[in-house]
Amino acid sequence: MLDTLAKNGGMLGAFAVVTTALISLTYLGTEDRIEQQQRARLITILNEVVPAALYDNQLYADCTLISADALGSDRNHRVYRAREQNQPVALALQTTAPDGYSGDIELVVGVDASMTVLGVRTLEHQETPGLGDKIELAVSDWIRTFSGKTYREEEKQAWQVKKDGGQFDQFTGATITPRAVVGAVRRTLDYVADNRTVLFEQPANCSETE
Amino acid sequence: MANYQSLAAEGMWNNNPALVQLLGLCPLLAVTATVINGLGLGLATMAVLVGSNITVSLVRNFVRNEIRIPVFVMVIASFVTIIQLLMNAFTYELYLALGIFIPLIVTNCAIIGRAEAFASKNKVLPAAFDGVMMGAGFTLVLVLLGGMREVLGAGTLLSGADRLFGPIASNWTLTIFATEQPFLLAILPPGAFIGMGLLIAAKNAIDNRLTARQTKQKKQVTRIRVTAES
Repeated sequence: MLDTLAKNGGMLGAFAVVTTALISLTYLGTEDRIEQQQRARLITILNEVVPAALYDNQLYADCTLISADALGSDRNHRVYRAREQNQPVALALQTTAPDGYSGDIELVVGVDASMTVLGVRTLEHQETPGLGDKIELAVSDWIRTFSGKTYREEEKQAWQVKKDGGQFDQFTGATITPRAVVGAVRRTLDYVADNRTVLFEQPANCSETE
Repeated sequence: MANYQSLAAEGMWNNNPALVQLLGLCPLLAVTATVINGLGLGLATMAVLVGSNITVSLVRNFVRNEIRIPVFVMVIASFVTIIQLLMNAFTYELYLALGIFIPLIVTNCAIIGRAEAFASKNKVLPAAFDGVMMGAGFTLVLVLLGGMREVLGAGTLLSGADRLFGPIASNWTLTIFATEQPFLLAILPPGAFIGMGLLIAAKNAIDNRLTARQTKQKKQVTRIRVTAES
């Protein structure tokens, strides 16, 4: 009885050791490449919202974690700072639209020193395919309508969908999704307008936590 | 048992994991919105099946009967993790698109089913071949269902092929018809259930026709023999 127990236990243990070793080997072999892929993707997205010609620092590394209600949820959001010769140029902020049609919509917003939007992109969403998913660049150009628009606090009214009296188109059959996105961009810009200097002074701390 | 032809027929048709055994339906229904997603998950499942079948077959003689199931589970789980890491490293976009369904290959009953029913009783080569054919059968259904849903839903085929095959495939997308409003039913989960039902029905219909033809032929054969003898 004890003998069988020991044999079976030993065999299970041996299998656990061998399989874990195999996984560790694969992990070590792919670790660098996975990190490289993730960074490449991040850089592609950042370049879409802040043109690479504008800055000379390592944008993906100059990142700070911000938790603010204006960014849509109490999670930490990443804010990337673009600088040219150490002068603040532009910001790329991760932000959340908490009021999407089905769950949160994760966005990244690029904005320059004159509060002009450089670009907005959708990172993640679960909106209805064919209706709400037009916020994705792969599906529709709609998200580009933000680019080049300048935000002024006194013109806040314009940062809404047309149905609510603003300047942005809603989609046929889907108002909730664009309304959520426009609202999130407006709140983010409002937050940037009030906290610009602070955001640039924060230490780069994205890699420490998480 | 080592009849390769019958193994191929079993995996692709007679005992197809998706159409006949109805195993692994959760990832099957969830990811088949496009051909490429289906193909990606199918190939990943096939790789896990082949790896686990080979390993299970190699260790079948010295793993004691009482602990075989936990050993199978460990083997399968480690293969899935390895495939997941490899996909994360080499097909990153596809990895993001398939998301949670790669780790969920662990729970695909087709894999432990083949380990228990076939690989643990057979030599390495037949076990590996069985893995290939079962995986191919599963992939075939994923691709068919993905194709049906993609054509009906979005009017395209092979969209996003570059996620799987790299940049050379970026212009492989075929547009069957251009549509402003996609056919939602096909893209959303109900479309997967309906499409799957239609595929199973089609397979059964073909099977029925085949058996009907066979019995007819047999009758003719007996008649001929009778006349020859008389």
